[in-house]
Amino acid sequence: MQEFLLRFCIGGLAVSAFAVLSDIFRPKSFAGLFGAAPSIALSTLAIALSQHGSDYMAVEARSMVVGSAALCLYCIVVCRLMKRHGLRALLATAGALIVWIAIAFAGKWAFLGS
Amino acid sequence: MNVTAKLSALRETGWHEYVIRFVLGGAATALTGLVAKVYGPATGGLFLAFPAIFVASASLIEMHERKRKQKKGLKGSRRGREAAALDAAGAALGSLALLVFAAMVWSLAHRWGGLALFAAFAAWCIVSVFLWRVRRALRCTARSKSSSGIHIRDA
Repeated sequence: MQEFLLRFCIGGLAVSAFAVLSDIFRPKSFAGLFGAAPSIALSTLAIALSQHGSDYMAVEARSMVVGSAALCLYCIVVCRLMKRHGLRALLATAGALIVWIAIAFAGKWAFLGS
Repeated sequence: MNVTAKLSALRETGWHEYVIRFVLGGAATALTGLVAKVYGPATGGLFLAFPAIFVASASLIEMHERKRKQKKGLKGSRRGREAAALDAAGAALGSLALLVFAAMVWSLAHRWGGLALFAAFAAWCIVSVFLWRVRRALRCTARSKSSSGIHIRDA
């Protein structure tokens, strides 16, 4: 329980810090870079390293390569859904989560096995 | 357009929005840890790039932009969508840099340990800004080409 509270606090702080940077910077496309900042990754990988060692962290990072590719395609789909099809942000971002899930797990199966 | 930092923009964000981001970010991090614990680090690692707070942040951007336009007497729904779409386009570039971040941690973790995280984060900053600048330059080139095309047609 203590570990999850620690993860919650560190992750919350990291995400909030990058969100503040995203609010401050202009133009919007530059601020958008912070939407894909390694906020959750930095805190999770640091905890993984301290608790399980570098091998464990490397395995998580290897999967994250696939997850990042899925995130890139997810963002492109979201952008198109809003720009070309006029979907509201909530609908586009929530609906496209299925794209991330499909690509991430298909990629894991194809490149990392099982 | 150059990159600028506008501190006054922080006043547009309500405290409850910061709370939403903190809770979502914290929950996503805790959930990632739980997934790694139950299904192993290979599956948990996928969720390090899960767009957990993207849904909330894009909706907030759309709402802020819409409100800004509504203050000027405009409907603002189209502008709101466009602002959120621009944010998503930036995030697409940021996620390519995130891929580089992950690849660096993966390859350097054994030799560098914790330092790999610092090096990878520095790489994320450099690659994301570089990609943004390249995209910007390409768009400017395409725009100037199309405007010179109009001149030719006009002529």
